[in-house]
Amino acid sequence: MWETLHLLAWGDGGWSDELFAGLKITITLALATLPFGLVMGLLVALGQISSEPTIGRAARIYTTIFRGLPELLTIFIVYFGGQMALQALIGLFADTYVEVNSFFAGMIALGLVFSAYASEVFLSAFRGIPQGQWEGAAALGLSRFAAFRLVILPQLIRLSIGGLGNLWLILTKETSLVSVIALDELLRQTSVAVGATKQPILFYSVACALYLILSLISSQGLGMIERRVKRGEAR
Amino acid sequence: MSESGQTTTAAAMARPAPPKRRWSRMRLLGWVLMGVWIAAGLASVWVMWSGFDAETFAKYFPRMLRGLWVTTLLVIIPISLGALIALGLAWMRLSGNKWLDGAAFAYMYFFRGTPMLAQVFLIYYGAGQLRHALEAWNLWWFFREAWYCVLLAFTLNTAAYQAEIYRVAISAVPAGQWEGALALGLSRRVTFFKVILPQAMITALRPLGNEIILMIKGSAIASVVTIFDLMGATRLAFSRTFNFDVYLWAAILYLIIVEAMRRMWDRLEGLLTRHLKRAGDEEK
Repeated sequence: MWETLHLLAWGDGGWSDELFAGLKITITLALATLPFGLVMGLLVALGQISSEPTIGRAARIYTTIFRGLPELLTIFIVYFGGQMALQALIGLFADTYVEVNSFFAGMIALGLVFSAYASEVFLSAFRGIPQGQWEGAAALGLSRFAAFRLVILPQLIRLSIGGLGNLWLILTKETSLVSVIALDELLRQTSVAVGATKQPILFYSVACALYLILSLISSQGLGMIERRVKRGEAR
Repeated sequence: MSESGQTTTAAAMARPAPPKRRWSRMRLLGWVLMGVWIAAGLASVWVMWSGFDAETFAKYFPRMLRGLWVTTLLVIIPISLGALIALGLAWMRLSGNKWLDGAAFAYMYFFRGTPMLAQVFLIYYGAGQLRHALEAWNLWWFFREAWYCVLLAFTLNTAAYQAEIYRVAISAVPAGQWEGALALGLSRRVTFFKVILPQAMITALRPLGNEIILMIKGSAIASVVTIFDLMGATRLAFSRTFNFDVYLWAAILYLIIVEAMRRMWDRLEGLLTRHLKRAGDEEK
């Protein structure tokens, strides 16, 4: 049992450096997905509360599709479909072969899924803000955009931070699915190590431990952010 | 009654016609967005139509439908077996015993904190490494098959998530329900199964429905370890034909089952909570 531990050494003899390179890609992918997912989710939620029925309908189609498709299928569709669409587009002008970057495809696919779920979080947060806040802001002479930015958004963040935190934890785990389109993130690096060493129990346990540590640190960080945005409520 | 009916009619007659809706910028945006979706829908139909290959369809679509059945099994079996384990785990968490609570907490933390794909790999490939021990224990027939390993991984995974749902739901039942049942002389076991659990299940219904939907989608990762569920059959078809349509067919099938499931669950929830609705409540 213990004699296999040298496989975890750092450097040429062991696999720790490879695993950490994978972990770095996992974290980068999750962080890169976040801004796109949050902005898109907020826009979709704004669409859903819009008084204009067609905007609401378009937003609901979005959430139905991206909450209904398996993440794995979304990843494949973005990766292969994106490749074919790009190829067709470029084929109009030049005769070159394009390949979609798997990091980028994973980022888009996970961002679409994240935003669909985030829009639901934002939507219920919007419902938690009384209409009087909009009206009060309007009475003070704020434009709708200024009212949103100065009055609604700070409250929205406070109400949605818990739900968004959960989505972040889900996102860090879902990055593992991008390994199927050959992105060298943590799980794929682990599988490579297993293939070379034939020690699946050791390496998959280490990978699981790294994911657990990641979620532990995330929870700590989220707790700090939550305390910070809710400092106005502290008594 | 008739009087108020008359006033309503009169009011309805007196009501002016609604003002004509103007073409505001927002309305335009709405139509543009809908236009994007319609264009995307038409483009998908066009891709499926122009790329339609009767041979591929005849060969692989039946396989995908069989895969759909496999997906169904991959959801039903783990969800129901997981529910049993989950109840045990929830009981451990609420038992008040430090060791039982700690053990259940550690189990749930592990399975909720790591990716399901990593859990499947750990069980499936890990079992291969333990082959001799498993043969000695006469368990190799089970762990040899990817199918059983996936079922086991899914069951253990969903058990952790369901346990959390049950734990929250059971602790949300007011303590007065326990006390009232005790005052009536009911045993703790009867109280739990006849008084507490039914009320907890109503709270648990919505998150359980979400968990089932997550399982339908999550079951797609079984395809990574050679299971031919809907996703597995689709990937096989794509790798043999390079026909992108198969992914669109799969997307449609998944959307149909997830939407159907969601609607069925809404129905079920309405049915099970109908005693909680007051007569005046609006149907929603």
